[in-house]
Amino acid sequence: MREKLAALWEKLFGDSLRAFGVVSLIFLVSLAIAPAKNFFSEWRHYQHGYLRMIRNRSDANTLQRHFQAGIQQIWLPELGVVDRCTSCHVGMKETSLTDVATQPFRKHPVIPHQLEQFGCTVCHRGQGAATTVAEAHSSTLAWEQPILPAKYIESSCGQCHRGPLPGTPVLNQGRNLLSRYGCVHCHTVKLPDGSAMQATDDPPSLEHIADKTSREWIYAWLKDPQAYASTATMPNFKLSDDDARDVSAFLMANSAPMQGDALSVSAKAALDPTAGASLYGESFCASCHAVQNAAGNLVGGNVGPELTRVGSKVKPEWLQAWLRNPRSYDPGTAMPHYRFSDVQVATLAGFLEAKSDSDLLANVHLEPATPEQIARGKRLVSDYGCASCHEIAGIKKPENFAPELSRIGSKPITQLIFLSGMPHTLPDYIAGKIRNPRAFAAGLKMPQFTFTTGQVDALTTALLALNDRANTLPPALSVATAPSSNYQPAGKAGKLMTDLACFSCHRINGRGGDMAPDLTWEGSSVQRDWLLAFFKNPGTLRPALIRRMPRFNLSDPEVTELTDYILTVYQSPAVDRDSLPLSGYSSGQIELGKQLFYGKYSCQGCHIVDAKNDKGYIGPTLTQVGSRLTAAWIYQWMKNPQLLRPGSAEPNRAMSDEDALALTAFLMSQKGGAKEVAKK
Amino acid sequence: MNRYSPRNVRTAAPGCLAERSRSLVFCVVILAMSFASSCSRKTESSPVPKPTAFGAAIVESGGGKQVTQTGALLPQPVVVQVNDEQGNAVTGALVEFSGAPGVSFDPAVGLTDSSGQATINVALGGMSGRYQITASTWDKSHKKVELKLEEIALGYQQTLGSRLNAQYCERCHNPESTVERVSNYDNLEIKPHPFSEGDTYNAISDADLAAAIAHGGPALGKSALMPAWGNTLSKSDIQALIAYIRAVSDPPSRYAGPMYSKN
Repeated sequence: MREKLAALWEKLFGDSLRAFGVVSLIFLVSLAIAPAKNFFSEWRHYQHGYLRMIRNRSDANTLQRHFQAGIQQIWLPELGVVDRCTSCHVGMKETSLTDVATQPFRKHPVIPHQLEQFGCTVCHRGQGAATTVAEAHSSTLAWEQPILPAKYIESSCGQCHRGPLPGTPVLNQGRNLLSRYGCVHCHTVKLPDGSAMQATDDPPSLEHIADKTSREWIYAWLKDPQAYASTATMPNFKLSDDDARDVSAFLMANSAPMQGDALSVSAKAALDPTAGASLYGESFCASCHAVQNAAGNLVGGNVGPELTRVGSKVKPEWLQAWLRNPRSYDPGTAMPHYRFSDVQVATLAGFLEAKSDSDLLANVHLEPATPEQIARGKRLVSDYGCASCHEIAGIKKPENFAPELSRIGSKPITQLIFLSGMPHTLPDYIAGKIRNPRAFAAGLKMPQFTFTTGQVDALTTALLALNDRANTLPPALSVATAPSSNYQPAGKAGKLMTDLACFSCHRINGRGGDMAPDLTWEGSSVQRDWLLAFFKNPGTLRPALIRRMPRFNLSDPEVTELTDYILTVYQSPAVDRDSLPLSGYSSGQIELGKQLFYGKYSCQGCHIVDAKNDKGYIGPTLTQVGSRLTAAWIYQWMKNPQLLRPGSAEPNRAMSDEDALALTAFLMSQKGGAKEVAKK
Repeated sequence: MNRYSPRNVRTAAPGCLAERSRSLVFCVVILAMSFASSCSRKTESSPVPKPTAFGAAIVESGGGKQVTQTGALLPQPVVVQVNDEQGNAVTGALVEFSGAPGVSFDPAVGLTDSSGQATINVALGGMSGRYQITASTWDKSHKKVELKLEEIALGYQQTLGSRLNAQYCERCHNPESTVERVSNYDNLEIKPHPFSEGDTYNAISDADLAAAIAHGGPALGKSALMPAWGNTLSKSDIQALIAYIRAVSDPPSRYAGPMYSKN
């Protein structure tokens, strides 16, 4: 061996000339390594592949002209972007490549941003400066953020866009869930603009809970909230039997009785057994509350709690007091104060009490609580942070109860503990944590939520948007959300509107729900007599809607107060109510309007004027529109509906003044019943 | 994975440093082995259940032709049924699902239940377009019987279009009613064309479609019941709507792009 080596040495470096030659050769070869690596690099391989692919296409010349060889780079210093992705993804801007299925040659789908303006990694993550597939797409030792899976891609929109966008339903849903399921009660989420994300779930105060329900129900609810109501947003804390026993004991012992004699059963229910069901229907309770029907489907809205088993939950005297005036128990409730008569209260309460489930509490047998159990219950309530969501007398709302999530979307993977078998990526960690929070370690407190896979993906998307980039973007790029409004109407009418919870369904000046029409400019829109009559007996304007305005049994002075306030205060600057007369249009104008209605504009597709022949029911029925709306409003509506009600489905027809006036004349002639009588 | 395959390295190697070819080949072999092992680790999944019965045919019970966003779950699970020669449902037959890379199935393999059905949640891949998914079962002679289903993934622009469709168009153009949205289709004297009607829409060019949306039915000599939306929708809104219509039309539009299927 030794001799062999010596012989080799002699052979290579025996004389100086030979040594020089060999060293030169080694030098030459080592110099050639870098160009060779470059020549056989991956991106060059893909660029050759691209050129081979376009060679046989009919648009080869155009594509060839657009093609630029070599490493391509998008450099945006203010965003910290150095993206070389376009070195391999060569055809991204070629609109003619829609038929190409293989990556990296597909055209980029249409988005509202320019590639040169934002680069690639702002949305897709990954390592922009890399020039090999593995380094660009995956986690490496030097780079943590792999390519973001497509299902979370909308999180990237959320880095700049703070509000909902029409093109990002998943992100919007995720953000809503964070608020609606009360995640932000425990987890602080500070948005990049400095504000904190607010919860929208309004968990009830537990200060008078003993007046409302039984200890057995609390026990059953704590053990499994979704067994009582599948739509419950309260998560399952997976309490043991003893824990649930003690927490329920504490909550009952800690509850103070309500003030006054609000809890009393005063009247007998109506004798008619169907009266309760029809009162439930007439009052449109289903607009907000859902009930499971015989087929197991939930029917109704999700503003208020599900009522399928409400009879097993609430005490009869509490239910009656609640129906009489919900605000006496919970001043901030979204439920309107219906002015029910005592008989109506008793009838509706009886109907709701019958909605019970004997299985729910069948196996709950609790001994009277001992002081030790109550004390332990109090400790558990503090430990689990119940007061983060609920008001509980004697227990302060804990600060920073759970980890802050303001930058969760950039959490380093090295700080995460993964479950075995779980892919080591941040999105997988977040989704896994939401799906099964307690699996990650013993003694964790985060409760179990019941989310569908789609909801988990949406929540993960919303959380991934809370990242470092979102917090360090140039402020000019951030697109703020519409500021939340705390508009409060003034005076007596304002109090009345709070009492009736108008804002639970209607939006006025930016505050309120979206179940019913925006009333910001209602005062310019409707006639006084119609509004007075509507409050007394709300009719149906849109036959196809299932959610309708309930009757609140208002007194005459209340109706007048509300009507006058609405007509005076909620006026649009674009409409002068008195600028056009309510009647007195010439028959020629009316006839022209009719022709336009049925001909040029074909309004009968969506609206009914002649109840016998017209069938369209997307828009409101117009048989009585002449006694409902002001002429000035109709005229302005014809000119530009979205100006008066943004987002309205009525198309803007850009009508001439003559057409708009003729249609106004025709519609104002539709006085409903009154007209029929006059004809006869 | 196949894009970054060792094959590329192997074809590249001999040309550059021929004198080192032997050691290079050795390296390539090691590389290939490490790749193979990493691949096999990835594809390893829950053990394949043992079928207790075999069917002769596989049919769709529901879940085909659904529309979702790229990367997202289909709104409804895909349900297939395995039948025997007489057309009776077979319980305990093995059903395997496969699709283009990026499509995920939960579970990917399963046995049919007591009604002969297998129910699978499907999430589509990251690119917008049509996805073909294949459900296969095996008959008594271990011959593969396949069923091909088609699903649609919407990209950003089509999602925007689908939202505009829900706000402005669907009430008339979709004959199906739901509890929340009663269809106006039956009330119209001249029926609008549902957007899935590929035979109608594929014959209309993008420009004509844009004109009909912007200026109403009369722009194409059609009914005035189709109003003009040009003052309500922006140009990009109309483009988004067209992209949506092209994505959902059946048979597929030639603008719909390629179909993603396995391999």
